[in-house]
Amino acid sequence: MSLLIEKPEAGTPATRRRRSSVNIPLTLLAAVLSLTVLIPLYFTIVTALKSSDQLNGNGLALPTSIHLENFSNAWKLTNFPNALLISGIVTVAAVILTILTNSLVAYAIARNMHRPFFKALYYFFIAALFVPFPIIMLPVTKEMAVLGLDNPVGLFLLYTVYGLSFNVFVYTAFIKSIPAELEEASVMDGASTWTTFWKVIFPILTPINATVGILTCLWAWNDFLLPLVILSDPTTRTLPLVQYVFQGQFNTDYTTAFASYLMAMAPLLLIYIFAQRWVISGVMRGSIK
Amino acid sequence: MTTTANKPRTTAGLQRRSPSRPSKTFYWMVVPALVLFVILHTVPTVTGMFYSFTDYAGYGEWDFVGLSNYVNLFKDDRIMASYGFTFLFAITTTIVVNVGALFIAILLNSKIKYQTAFRGIFFIPNILSVLIVGYVFNYLLSNNLPLIGQALGIEWLSTSILANPDLAWLGIVGVTAWQSIAFSVIIYLAGLQTVPGELYEAAGLDGASPWRQFRSITFPMIAGYFTINMVLALKGLLQAFDQIVALTNGGPGTSTESVAMVIYRGGFQGGEYGYQMANSVVYLVVIVVLSLLQMRFLSRKESELQ
Repeated sequence: MSLLIEKPEAGTPATRRRRSSVNIPLTLLAAVLSLTVLIPLYFTIVTALKSSDQLNGNGLALPTSIHLENFSNAWKLTNFPNALLISGIVTVAAVILTILTNSLVAYAIARNMHRPFFKALYYFFIAALFVPFPIIMLPVTKEMAVLGLDNPVGLFLLYTVYGLSFNVFVYTAFIKSIPAELEEASVMDGASTWTTFWKVIFPILTPINATVGILTCLWAWNDFLLPLVILSDPTTRTLPLVQYVFQGQFNTDYTTAFASYLMAMAPLLLIYIFAQRWVISGVMRGSIK
Repeated sequence: MTTTANKPRTTAGLQRRSPSRPSKTFYWMVVPALVLFVILHTVPTVTGMFYSFTDYAGYGEWDFVGLSNYVNLFKDDRIMASYGFTFLFAITTTIVVNVGALFIAILLNSKIKYQTAFRGIFFIPNILSVLIVGYVFNYLLSNNLPLIGQALGIEWLSTSILANPDLAWLGIVGVTAWQSIAFSVIIYLAGLQTVPGELYEAAGLDGASPWRQFRSITFPMIAGYFTINMVLALKGLLQAFDQIVALTNGGPGTSTESVAMVIYRGGFQGGEYGYQMANSVVYLVVIVVLSLLQMRFLSRKESELQ
């Protein structure tokens, strides 16, 4: 009797447990594989904390004494605060400008795709995705110098404009899924197309703005080739560019070099640790059609 | 009488006209961006193509030289070698990245513990600068890997592989794959989440092996994501520059010079502006043709699977 009553009760948790059961061997495999990512990071951190004579052996040992002067040396040598400021300004400006302008362009295109002009524009931007940067590199460097834009302002302008190709693609796919009734209602109330965009459409775009913002941030912060060719003034070097320029002076001083690398990677790494779920879901959203 | 009859017709006409004639605002939204894009992207592209028919050194006077830059490219060993290296590197890395990423994505999508944490860890390489990652691995491959090689008694690993003209490219493949897998994993995970779980339950009842499940359920369902990843990876890798600067700087000798690197060096430092623009045009054609072929081939395979 009691068995009969217990059966259904016992059955439910059992099936639930089976469904959510964790595969231990696969978890271990994931843990081992994740070491391929974590060991180089660990290595970077411990090397930055060591003195040169502690670098013998396999390099994975913990430092016997902590040498924070590596950081102060790198800080002074590369003028870290300056490079951080330039990288920060370029990245933040590129992200904000990209979100504000690229969404607007994509909106106009998405809502007028049946018109030849806008359709042509759409394919014009997409086609540019296939143009490799090296073909533009030499002419655009000259052009930016002539325009007086061989500086951080020119740099974030280029990120914003070059981003159009990919971002228009991502935004239009999303905007097409927004029912036009929403805007029609707003237009009925007498709102202009501008107001309708900023008040009605832009807020709906928030998730895709996040995706575009994250991708632009990663690009502008870590890019090397564009700053290398565009920035002419040595005092306006970005963080990756500084690592390249000081490579010769780091040469044998590996501990200072690693402290410098770590400082250059740290800001985004720290943000990522706290915003990890948000960053990944943002990137994932960009890949779902 | 006529006025009242006209009224509804006018409003109807207006409503019909408004979608067919867009408000000027829509043009104001795109024209400034279009102008900037043309100035900063199209004009440089066309300028570059123009100079590819000249002997321009990047400064001073120039003359038209017809197609001679293009003819010389194909006789230039250094240029041909850079294409050879770039293809070998890009194709090998594309395969390594996609196999690796697919494996990791399936692993992360299975019933493992700490799923989110592992996903977060595997994405880390994607948020780091390619150049700086290159510098870190340059040290590891030059100093630490040889120690492991010596300890294991493996001769080819006992010296820095980056200093070995035959093996340096493998070092670049490895480091690039380490970093590029991160992004591909996320795209594959997005794809795997679109596969309904019931499909596996049905297959599991029929006693299908995991490999069989992968081949007949998982892969056909995410074939579109495979195409995207393959095309994006190959296109990106054909343009490799940063990691090569950091790992080998094109060496030993010129054995690991990529096309992008040759264009940069010849154009900015070698006074070969016109010549390298011809190289860039060939490079553009190569990338477009390869991407289109790849898309056609993969989408045909895709439709065969479905």
